[in-house]
Amino acid sequence: MIGAIRALVARDLVLAARVGGSGALSLVFFLMIVALVPFALGPDLNLLSRIGPAILWLAAVLATLIGLDRLFQADEEDGSLDLMAGAPVPLECMVLAKVTAHWLTTGLPLALASPLFGLLVALDGTAMAGTALTLLVGTPALTFVGAVGAALTASIRRGGLILAVLVLPLMIPTLIFGVSAAQSVAGGTVPFGTPLMILGGLSLIAAVVGTVAAAAALRWSE
Amino acid sequence: MHPVSGQPVRLTVTDLAVRRSGRRIFSGLSFGLGPGEALMVTGRNGAGKSTLLAVLAGRLKPEAGSLALEDVGEASLPECLHIVGHRDGLKGALTAEENLSFARGLLGDPALAPREALAELGLAHALRLPVAYLSAGQRRRVALARLLVCRRPLWLLDEPTAALDIASQAVLAGLMASHRAAGGLVVAATHQALGLADARELRIARPAQDERPAARSGDAPEDCA
Repeated sequence: MIGAIRALVARDLVLAARVGGSGALSLVFFLMIVALVPFALGPDLNLLSRIGPAILWLAAVLATLIGLDRLFQADEEDGSLDLMAGAPVPLECMVLAKVTAHWLTTGLPLALASPLFGLLVALDGTAMAGTALTLLVGTPALTFVGAVGAALTASIRRGGLILAVLVLPLMIPTLIFGVSAAQSVAGGTVPFGTPLMILGGLSLIAAVVGTVAAAAALRWSE
Repeated sequence: MHPVSGQPVRLTVTDLAVRRSGRRIFSGLSFGLGPGEALMVTGRNGAGKSTLLAVLAGRLKPEAGSLALEDVGEASLPECLHIVGHRDGLKGALTAEENLSFARGLLGDPALAPREALAELGLAHALRLPVAYLSAGQRRRVALARLLVCRRPLWLLDEPTAALDIASQAVLAGLMASHRAAGGLVVAATHQALGLADARELRIARPAQDERPAARSGDAPEDCA
């Protein structure tokens, strides 16, 4: 059982690293949004550093959507999904393996790169660290919520638009608590721990509900 | 827990009926396959051959009837079969060896190493080539090599000879013969003789009320599974 999960995670990591993989795409998209905002807002450093965490989070949410539509669709099209259905493990484990690999190649690089991108929006050291930590805790929730939409639209051609419309509203709670946690680092009435705990809770709930729901959607899609 | 093809298994299908998008594809389909037996599923394009294989593989739920694989312990039907169909389950960015190693790790119960399996199908030279570089027939042979990297008692083959050259068709016939000699089962949807000795034949005919006017240009779409 562990062997099957390991094989799937390893394959998806290799695929993301190969040419045409989705690994670098969302990171570049993230960079583009964050880099364009200072040009649009002008060189007001105080304003930038005040809204910086929100910009990073917004960019992370949008970057997560990139590449999500291919999460299950690619496997549905070439028949790999039939192969996974024949593995001696429940489909839920296969979904968990795929989403984990997807987060390792999209969400984790976003969180790790965010201190660097924080420089572009004039964040100071603590705010950078805080934002990176909230992204690390919160991006799994985004990926797992997105996986449900990806599973629902797996057999729909050009399902990317439906996917975005389906999952964006469900990502809003994560966005709210992520930004409030990141901003509370810089000061304010809310202690940092409270929204961070809720963010962690959202990620854990999304991991369970998202996995089960995505597997159900894949079974039901035929 | 995982069945070995040396162990006798039996596939029993009774009164199977399938409906897709409200249309009855077939109904009242029954057959049984004992150890070492093979079944050729024939019928016109669009008759439901691929649909039958999809039902056997667990991708589609039948409207009525039952299917059971006996003497495999607690393993479910999809865990006891290989399916090689139009969608070959190969990733173009990965090499033939990586694709087969993945299948081996995913499906469990490993048999031949990817290198040996490819050599059986005469593709040893493609071991380190990305599958995207291979021709349609070579891709099909890589997909068929999957049959050899893991032991599974039931092989579901959908048009296995499509795009294969004459020599590879003979190799495939030999693989199926040795699989059956070891007690394995083969269900193949096909339009051609596959070199399956004393295979039973199941012909799927469309129910009369669903009969459509003759196809417009003679190239009716392939089975829609």
